[in-house]
Amino acid sequence: MAYDKFTVLRSTAVPLPTENVDTDQIIPARFLKATEREGFGDNLFRDWRYDVEGNPKQDFVLNDQTYSGKILVAGKNFGSGSSREHAVWALYDYGFRCVVSSFFADIFKNNCLNIGVLPVTVSAEFADKLFAAILADPTTEIEINLPEQKIKLLSTGESESFDINEYKKDNMTNGFDDIDYLLNMSSEIDAFAKGK
Amino acid sequence: MEKTTLFDKIWDAHVVKSVPAGPDVFFIDKHFIHEVTSPVAFLNLEKRGIGVKNPSRTVATPDHNVPTVDQDKTIKDKLSRMQVERLRENCVRYNIELHDLGSAHHGIVHVIGPELGITQPGMTIVCGDSHTSTHGAFGAIAFGIGTSEVEMVLATQCIMQSKAKKMRITVDGVMENGVTSKDIILYIIAKISAAGATGYFVEYAGSAIQSLSMEARMTICNMSIEMGARGGLIAPDETTFNYLEGKQYAPKGADWDKAVAYWKTLKSDEGAIFDKEYVFDAADIEPMITYGTNPGMGIKVKGTIPTTEGMEGSNKISYLKSLEYMGFAPGEPVKGKLVDYVFVGSCTNGRIEDIRSVAQFVKGHKKADNITAWIVPGSREVEKMAHEEGLVKILEEAGFELRQPGCSACLAMNDDKIPAGKYAVSTSNRNFEGRQGPGARTMLASPLTVAAVAITGRITDPREVFEN
Repeated sequence: MAYDKFTVLRSTAVPLPTENVDTDQIIPARFLKATEREGFGDNLFRDWRYDVEGNPKQDFVLNDQTYSGKILVAGKNFGSGSSREHAVWALYDYGFRCVVSSFFADIFKNNCLNIGVLPVTVSAEFADKLFAAILADPTTEIEINLPEQKIKLLSTGESESFDINEYKKDNMTNGFDDIDYLLNMSSEIDAFAKGK
Repeated sequence: MEKTTLFDKIWDAHVVKSVPAGPDVFFIDKHFIHEVTSPVAFLNLEKRGIGVKNPSRTVATPDHNVPTVDQDKTIKDKLSRMQVERLRENCVRYNIELHDLGSAHHGIVHVIGPELGITQPGMTIVCGDSHTSTHGAFGAIAFGIGTSEVEMVLATQCIMQSKAKKMRITVDGVMENGVTSKDIILYIIAKISAAGATGYFVEYAGSAIQSLSMEARMTICNMSIEMGARGGLIAPDETTFNYLEGKQYAPKGADWDKAVAYWKTLKSDEGAIFDKEYVFDAADIEPMITYGTNPGMGIKVKGTIPTTEGMEGSNKISYLKSLEYMGFAPGEPVKGKLVDYVFVGSCTNGRIEDIRSVAQFVKGHKKADNITAWIVPGSREVEKMAHEEGLVKILEEAGFELRQPGCSACLAMNDDKIPAGKYAVSTSNRNFEGRQGPGARTMLASPLTVAAVAITGRITDPREVFEN
């Protein structure tokens, strides 16, 4: 379905430097039983966020009032494992609109782009700078400028360019999705399918 | 003529259109769906007021959250029941073939596709499940997709994907007795890491790969995603054709001959260029087991857990966090550690050959007292064969509990959960934190290693049990 348009996002960020965060951590399988897309945010990072009795674990960053914002700055190889799009729905439902990492798992990245959560890949050095800046000052703001493909640390002015293909960029800035595109080329697909 | 890889040949034949500075519009031959990742896709079709473009190209089965006991009764868990019922409703409404719970061909989606001969060489196959890579064993391009893409396939029979880079992993030579295809893939992932193939599509080649049965090949392709690869595939050969011949959905008569003639063309050209290549020697591979919380954290069963030497920063912190979760220390051996559960099943190792190898191993023995042993066939067909071949009797006499087909404790969506803090040695594909239940500690291994652990109650190299 068409989703929010994404152009420029300026926000504080939540740091999660742990590496190899798989989608089972983002949303454990036992919470995938819904038949609708909404409400997954409550169980985002469920087993890192709550103990078995359901009490918040104080040492987990989402339970730390110091950090908040629409940007999640994550460790290397974020979103590996299961293809569950529910992981992105959970991030979105919780309030994140952008995930920054030095390395994303493939399917997760696609899933993000397909529902309008922007995955921004930065260099390992820039990721380290972001973590350091946020930890030093949680009110640090980051600006994500999609039309210019720039991520900027507002406290120091340091910035870096990021890649996104023109087609996906256009989709994100306009809130279009792939199905609109595909439905518009229905006859071409039909002609192609005849040979299959 | 340009030399191309197997992946190029199949991919290029399915590109409807290349979007300038964008992805390819990619045609999908076969689409598998299950109860967990499809309901929202159907819901969105409804919201858009559109239908399913080509229902005959989609096949459904409920597998992820179904119970593995009392499958003939109403599902107790309300949410699971709703998902399964929704799948049924959607299949009726849109005229999609459903292999329902309790029917002759019910099972894990990646087990029944090959079993029915739906999976064939040269096809493009997707499913809202990352282990769709399993089907690559037939020389197909098969990979997992998200629910938005499930919706795209239902609505248009296409998705929009950028072509992956190409990697070839060659394994030559002969494997030692007691070493299985599961050990090959755990070895490869340990070598190149859980993210080492991200952005690539992998072709597995070499004499050790060619010597494998179709089921063993499926185990390898299945775990491609565990090193980050979008998928993995193996060029089809006589083993592939023999497996498919006579299967329900395989071509018949003149169509069969025509299909085989085409399938024989499906291989990488001599001299085709891959973006990355690895070569391994099968003789170096020993029974493997994981000790951490991603599938790249694997060692020889006889090996020791790596120390933190050379690690720093968040890499070291993440590593120690993982070991803490597992209750292990850097530098210690895993062999001899006590285990609580063994699980034989999943789309990785829930096929008849897996069950045969476990049964053969445990025949005449009893499981250790500290072990709870679950065996979950990948499909009804596998279950039926296991009964007919007398394997169930052997396993039950050894103290294994046979359950009904489904994904079960691989991802513990249903009640098949490993309790917190307990160790499970599992034939499945993921050892993530909590994967087999909150707090569960999973160690991945081959069916043979699992059988050895079941008998001894401890982490054991299956070759040592053979010797006795």
